[in-house]
Amino acid sequence: MIGPLSTSSLNGERLRFQVVVYLVVSVFVVLLLRLWFLQIIKGESYRNLSENNRIRLEDVPPTRGIIYDRHGRILVDNRPAFKLALVPADVSDLEQTLGKLGRLLKVEKPLLEEKVKSAPRGAPFRPILLNRDMDRDQVAAVETHRFNLPGVMVQIEPRRSYEMPSFAAHLIGYLGEIEEAQLKERRHQGYKLGDYLGKYGVEMEWEADLKGLRGGRQVEADAAGRQLSILREVSPEPGHNLILTLDTQLQLRAESALEGKAGAIIAMDPTTGDILAMASSPAFDQNQFVRGLTPSEWQAIVDNPLHPLENKAIQGQYPLGSTFKPVVATAALEEALVDPQTTFSCSGEYQLGNQVYRCWRKRGHGQIALYQAVVQSCDIYFYQLGQKLGVDLMSAYAQRYRLGSRTLIRLNNEAGGLVPSAQWKLRRFGVPWQKGEDLVTAIGQGFLLATPIQMGVFYAAIANGGKFLRPRVVLRVEDPDGGVVKNVSPEILGNLNLSPDSITFLQHALEGAVNEPKGTGQAARLRGRLRSIKVAGKTGTAQVVRAPEDEEEDQDESEVPYEFRDHAWFVAYAPAEAAEILVVVLVEHGGHGGSAAAPLARELMEEYFKNRPPVQEAKSGSPSTGPVDELRSSRSGQAGSPAAKLGTGWQQAAGSN
Amino acid sequence: MIDRRLIQNFDWLLLLLTFAIMTVGLVTLYSALFSGGEVRSTVVTRQLYWLGTGALVMILAFSIDHQWFERFAYPAYVIGLVLLLAVLIFGKTVSGSKRWLDLGLVVAQPSELMKPLLVIALARFFARQEKKGGYRLRELWLPALMVILPVALIAMEPDLGTAALLLAISVSVILFVGVRLSSIMVLGGFALGSLPLFWFLMKGYQRQRILTLLDPGRDPLGAGYHIIQSKIAVGSGKFWGKGFLEGTQGQLRFIPEHHTDFIFTVLAEEWGFVGSMLLLALFLCFLLRGLNVARRSRDQFGTLLAFGITAIVFWHVAINVAMVLGMLPVVGIPLPLVSYGGSSAVVTLASVGILMNVAMRKFVFQK
Repeated sequence: MIGPLSTSSLNGERLRFQVVVYLVVSVFVVLLLRLWFLQIIKGESYRNLSENNRIRLEDVPPTRGIIYDRHGRILVDNRPAFKLALVPADVSDLEQTLGKLGRLLKVEKPLLEEKVKSAPRGAPFRPILLNRDMDRDQVAAVETHRFNLPGVMVQIEPRRSYEMPSFAAHLIGYLGEIEEAQLKERRHQGYKLGDYLGKYGVEMEWEADLKGLRGGRQVEADAAGRQLSILREVSPEPGHNLILTLDTQLQLRAESALEGKAGAIIAMDPTTGDILAMASSPAFDQNQFVRGLTPSEWQAIVDNPLHPLENKAIQGQYPLGSTFKPVVATAALEEALVDPQTTFSCSGEYQLGNQVYRCWRKRGHGQIALYQAVVQSCDIYFYQLGQKLGVDLMSAYAQRYRLGSRTLIRLNNEAGGLVPSAQWKLRRFGVPWQKGEDLVTAIGQGFLLATPIQMGVFYAAIANGGKFLRPRVVLRVEDPDGGVVKNVSPEILGNLNLSPDSITFLQHALEGAVNEPKGTGQAARLRGRLRSIKVAGKTGTAQVVRAPEDEEEDQDESEVPYEFRDHAWFVAYAPAEAAEILVVVLVEHGGHGGSAAAPLARELMEEYFKNRPPVQEAKSGSPSTGPVDELRSSRSGQAGSPAAKLGTGWQQAAGSN
Repeated sequence: MIDRRLIQNFDWLLLLLTFAIMTVGLVTLYSALFSGGEVRSTVVTRQLYWLGTGALVMILAFSIDHQWFERFAYPAYVIGLVLLLAVLIFGKTVSGSKRWLDLGLVVAQPSELMKPLLVIALARFFARQEKKGGYRLRELWLPALMVILPVALIAMEPDLGTAALLLAISVSVILFVGVRLSSIMVLGGFALGSLPLFWFLMKGYQRQRILTLLDPGRDPLGAGYHIIQSKIAVGSGKFWGKGFLEGTQGQLRFIPEHHTDFIFTVLAEEWGFVGSMLLLALFLCFLLRGLNVARRSRDQFGTLLAFGITAIVFWHVAINVAMVLGMLPVVGIPLPLVSYGGSSAVVTLASVGILMNVAMRKFVFQK
C-alpha cells in the first residue's frame, strides 16, 4: 500500500484507538511507578520527615538601613529585640503554659490568652506572637524555664532604635506595623502582616531604600519545636543607609531653643537647599511608636492642643506678618511704582474711607524711604504700597516667590500655604475683595498663609541671588559597605526673575534690618568674637485673631491670653554678603518677631559659626563641591560691585531721614 | 425526543465512575479542610453546591440532541473567545494574574469553559472535512488559528499552565484525526526551535518554577518548598496511608493550595499507595470508557467530541498528578472533580454530560 505516511495511516480507527489506549495506560503506569517510588521505596524516610521532624519556613527579616547625620553620626540604628512566641501544636497544656508565662513575664494571664485566641485558627504550627520586645529580666526568666515550657520559643529580630529619643522626630519620622488596608495596596506587595514600615518623615519617604529584602530559611524542627537544623537559607539583604543633610549639633540647638514653646526652626544652606536642622515643637518619642503606643499614650498625643504629631516646619501654615514685606517691596520696585528714594510719611495712622489703619509703632516713623521702611518694618509705608498694587499684583509676586506652592521637600504631609486673590475670595466666600484688605495683605495679614519651609526657600532665593532650591533632606544613599548607591544632588526648581537691582536692594535692606540702629531684627546680631559676621534678616509678627489696627507696640504680651498672642517670625541668613546658613524661626503665640524669634535665630547661627575663625578664612575653607561651588560662585558674582554702589546710596538716604 | 433506545443506551458505567471520583473528591476535600478538630465546612458545602449545579448541567448536556452541539459549535466558540477577552479587560486580578470574571452572581473562569468549547469547534471542523491520508500543514491553518487564539489569550492572563493544557488537548485531537508524518516533523521541529523563544517570553516566576523542578534547592522558600512538602506528604502515606483525617502535612498547612491544585497530596497522605492507586484506577477506567464511547460512535463528530473530552480529562489528571509528584513544574491545573473549584466542577460535569450524550446516541445518528 502506497500512500502518504501520516498518523491516520495507522490504518483504521481501531488501530488508532489501540495506540491511544497504550499511550494513556503507559502514562498511568509512569505515575504509579512514581507513586511506588515515593510511597514504598522512599516512604519510610518521608514518613520520618513528616512525623518526627517538621520542616518549616521561617522569615528572616532584613536589617533596615541606618540613618546618619551629615557628619556620619548614627541617628537611627537597629538593636536586637527578643520576641516570645508560642507554637500551639507543640504545647502540651495551654492553660498551664500560659499561667507559667504570665508569672515569668509578670503580665496578666488573660492578656496572653487574648493573644492566643485572636490568632488565626487552623494553623497550629504557626507561631503566635506573645511579646515582641521582652526586657532583660523577662528573657532571663523565660530562658531559665525553657525546658518546662515546650512549644515556647524566643527569637531575636532587629528592632528600630532611635538613638536620641525625640531627636528630629518629625524629620526622621518613625516606623509602625503595617495595617491591613495597606497590605492590599499594590505598592506594599511583598509585605506581610506584622512587618514594620516607615509611617512618617524620612522613614516613610525613603522606605524603599531603607527596607531591604526579606530572607527566609527552611528549618527542620523536632516535635518539641526545637530547631534541629537549617536546611536551606536565603539570606536577607540589608537595607541601604541614608546620610541626612542634618547637622546633629545644630539640630540639638534648635530643639533646645524651642523647649517649652510651640513652633518650628529650620536651618538650611541657602546655596544647596540642605536642611541642616529642622525642629518642630512639641515633639514625640519615636521609640514609643515602634514599641506600640498604649491607648492612653495615644490619647495624650492626640489630645495635646499643641499638636505634637504635626511637623510645624512643613505642615504648619501661618500668616506671614512683616516677613511678607520683601515681596511687596519687590512688586513695587519691579512695577516702578516707587524707587528706593520714594518717601512716605508715617504718622502712626493711615486712613482709608472711614477706617483707620495703624502702624505697629504708635508714634509713627515720620518721613521714611523704602529702605528704612523695610529695616524698621513700617506698616504705613506698606499700606500705601498695597493700596497702589492691589491684591492681584501682590499675589502674582508672592507666587513668583513660590508662596502658595509646595517646596517639594521629600517629607510627607507638606502643606502648600495660601496666596489669596480677589477672584479666590469671591469664589470661596461669595464676598468681593475689599479695598482695606489690600492694605492688610501688604503687611502679610489677612488670608495669606505660608509654612516655615516655604519662607526658607523664599528667603534663600533672596540670599543666593534668585535661585529656588528644592530643600534637600538626604545627602546620599549608601549600601551597607559604604558604597554610594545614589547621590542626591541639589536641585534648582526655578529662578526668581527679578532685576538684579531689586535683589540687591532686598539683600541690603535685610542686612539693615539686623544691623541698622533702628532695625527690628537687632536681637539677631552675632555677639563677641563672631561680631564681624553680618546677619541679614526680617522679623514678622503675625496676628492671630486681633484686627491689625488694634495692635499696640508696648502692650505686655504676658497679659494677653496664650492663644491670642501673635506668632513670632524671624528669617535670617549669614554672612550677609555670602550666605552659608539661613534660619527660619517661628514661635507660635510667641509675641513679637524681633524679641521672641530673632534671639533664637542668633543662637543657631552662633552655634553654626562657633568654631569659625574670622569670616574671610571661613569662606575659602568652607567645604563645597560640584554644583554647590557653582551656586556659590554665581551668587557672589551677583552680589558684585553695582549692587554695593547702590546699596550705600540707600543707606545714606536713610540716614538723612 | 426521549427514545426508549436512548435510555437503554445510557452509559451507567460512566455515570458510576463519575460519582465514584466525585465521592473520593468530597471525602478528600473534607479531610483537606479539617484541621485541629474543626473543618471549614463552608468550602465543602460550596463544592457540593457546585457539583449539584454541575450535575444539572450534565443532565441538560446529555438530554439535548448532540446535533445542537454541532450547529452551535462556532457561535459558542466565539462567545468563549469574547469571554476570554473580557477577562483580560474586566477580569479580577488575583495574585498577579487575571483569570476570573465577575458575573454578578458568581465569579467564573472563562478559560475553564474554553476547553470543551474548543473541542466542540475542532470536532465540528474535522467532522465536515474528513480527509484520507492525513492533513497537510496548509490544510490546517484554520484549526490552528482556532487553537492559537484562545491559547494566546489565556497565556496573556497570564495562565501558562492552562494555555499549555489547551494546546496539548488540541494537538491530541489534531493528531488523532491524522496529520502527515512529514507535517508532524516540520511542526515538531518548529516547536522545538521556538522553545528558546518561549523561555524568553516567560515571566520571571514561570522560569523560576521550571528551574525549580530541575533543582528544588534553587528556590527553597517558594516553589521548591512547595515541591518538597508535596513529596513529603505523598511519600509519608506509604502503602496504607495514615488514615482518614490523620494526615499531618496537609492539615498543618505545610502545603499551600492543598484543597485546590494540591489536593492529591491529601489523598496520598491519608490513604497511601492503595488510595492513590484507587483514584488513578477510577480515572483510568473513566478514560478508557471515554475512548470506548469515541470508538463506538458512528459519526465522525461524535467520535471527535468524545475523544476530545476524554483528552481534556486525561491531560488534567496527567499534568496535575505529575506536578504533585514532582515530575512537572508547579502550574495551576486542578484535578477534575476532586480539586475545589466551581468553574472546573461545572465545566467538567458538563463535559461528562456531552460524553454521555454521544454514548447514548451512538446508534441514532448514522450518516
